[in-house]
Amino acid sequence: MLLKHISKNNLKLGTLGNNLHKYLSSHGHTGLDVRLLLRRSNHRFCVIGSGPAGFYAAQHLLKLKPSSRVDIYEKLPVPFGLVRYGVAPDHPEVKNVTHTFTTVLKNPNVAFIGNFEAGKDITLGKLKESYHAILLAYGASEDRKLNIPGEKEHVVSARDFVGWYNGLPANRDLAINLETKKRAIIIGNGNVTLDIARILLSPIELLEKTDISPYALDALKKSTISEVVICGRRGPLQVSFTIKELRELVNMKSARAVSEIRDFDGINEQLLKDFPRPKKRLTELLLKSAQASDTTSSGSYSKSWFLKFMRSPKMVERHGDKLHLTLEINEFDPANKERVVGTGKTEVNICDIVFRSVGYKGRRIFDELPFDENTGIIPNVGGKIENGIYCVGWAGQGPRGVILSTMQNSFDVAKTIIQDMESVPHSDKSGFETIKNLVTDKRLTCYTDFVKIADFEEKHNRKVTTIDEMFKIINGKL
Amino acid sequence: MRIYGNLLKKLFYTYQNNNLARVSSAISGGYHINRRLLVTTPVAKTDVEMVDITFVRSDGSKIATKGKIGDNLLDVVVNNNVDLDGFGACEGTLACSTCHVIFKQKDFDIIKEKLTDEELDMLDMAFGLCDTSRLGCQVCLTKELAGVEVKVPEGVNDARSS
Repeated sequence: MLLKHISKNNLKLGTLGNNLHKYLSSHGHTGLDVRLLLRRSNHRFCVIGSGPAGFYAAQHLLKLKPSSRVDIYEKLPVPFGLVRYGVAPDHPEVKNVTHTFTTVLKNPNVAFIGNFEAGKDITLGKLKESYHAILLAYGASEDRKLNIPGEKEHVVSARDFVGWYNGLPANRDLAINLETKKRAIIIGNGNVTLDIARILLSPIELLEKTDISPYALDALKKSTISEVVICGRRGPLQVSFTIKELRELVNMKSARAVSEIRDFDGINEQLLKDFPRPKKRLTELLLKSAQASDTTSSGSYSKSWFLKFMRSPKMVERHGDKLHLTLEINEFDPANKERVVGTGKTEVNICDIVFRSVGYKGRRIFDELPFDENTGIIPNVGGKIENGIYCVGWAGQGPRGVILSTMQNSFDVAKTIIQDMESVPHSDKSGFETIKNLVTDKRLTCYTDFVKIADFEEKHNRKVTTIDEMFKIINGKL
Repeated sequence: MRIYGNLLKKLFYTYQNNNLARVSSAISGGYHINRRLLVTTPVAKTDVEMVDITFVRSDGSKIATKGKIGDNLLDVVVNNNVDLDGFGACEGTLACSTCHVIFKQKDFDIIKEKLTDEELDMLDMAFGLCDTSRLGCQVCLTKELAGVEVKVPEGVNDARSS
């Protein structure tokens, strides 16, 4: 009877307390106010950003307080952040985490609100009024620059390129032409660099099987890139990429690794012996591929990749249809072997395309909150910025690490939030019910909208890459 | 009736011996039986050998459960809803290290599946990596592993921050 009443009136869980109270009092049960029983767990949480950090935090908040309600806000109409738009298309297994995220989305205490730009569509003050705690999980949406002459005109941002091949609406019109191009140089020694190298060097048959954006696949089909140079400021012992990504490149049948063995001077078994296992194995693999590249004949490979160490970019110029990248040769600082200093000696590398892939950087979205412009991080202690405001993932820790480091951070911060809530006097907060009345000038998206887009993508076997098309699908016009 | 009874007995026997060749020869022993049906018939639970396994969380708390011989440790966690946060994020595709478990040396030594480079690569990202670390999704339960106790370290560590 009670359940019938609830379902008939389409009652939301957040108002369950009040409605139960209404129902019970209308049926003569006046002695007990059920609202008091449900009260302490009726927390409303707001998560800004729907990437791994936001989802793992939401998941854990609900695990620790199953009756709390979590509203997840996202700038794009669709969720999953870098899992959808950052993870390389040939790494579909990494995207399996979205199964867990979808379970979170299906929880009746979770609302997904897409096409919503926090800081622009709503002020922090309004969010504070509507939620017991706000969790900033919006990642790091800028990328670090080289700050060299010619960068603006001639250097492609790795972030944009990744967004381009992954179908991120903002990057789909990036002018990438790989026809008649032979040599690409990627500046930076992280995993994004290796992703780009792999995408550029992969046989097209492999990419065809992925969810790479259709226009990127077309451009890569026409690509004539045969050499990828990966350029690092420091040496083989300071690389930022991880061994899985390196091994994929080393094992590539279509491309040969080329190294300058002298970069590995002094790196020998004696030195490796004392390294922790991960660093030892990574360095061994680098060394092995460098040694092999000295002896393997180039005959069977049509493409190659090259790790160039101890170089810093200084300038890019266009000469005819070629780019001239000037690199300064570095040497280790005698006082600190992890640092390098320029020698003043330079070399010019002639190439066709230059990527910068030297890391991401956070952005300020709320002027009211502190922000460290240098690091791009919101200053925080264990995820806490101030009372009721927290940050997780890259927004709070900086853009480093794989999904799993973010997951652990999200679990930790969620735990802190729930602990802090114990000492917060309870008050009724209305969450999205209030916020939706404040954002009237645009169509926000919800989980069922996303399901429509996901179904369309599955049916047509391609990613939807414009916001316009997304809304056409939502509105049943496609 | 009797014929079928005998046949079933024969089949049961061959199942017990886990010998597919014999199962199929029993099937083809003159009786018309739908092979596909037989293959897809679920095996009753009592026919499957279960072994005890204990997961020890980082805070020392223990979760005792049972797993089928042949199942990997991620299967065991999923099938029994073992409460381990974030365990098996990539669903056993060797793309993460969230199912990292630490064995006792004696158990580690009798694991049938050998460590591959790919598993080691993912383990290198794991927090609290030991010489007896494995990814749960790569280790299958065997009779010999009955009663095994594995530690589940908290969290993950990014090799790049070390």
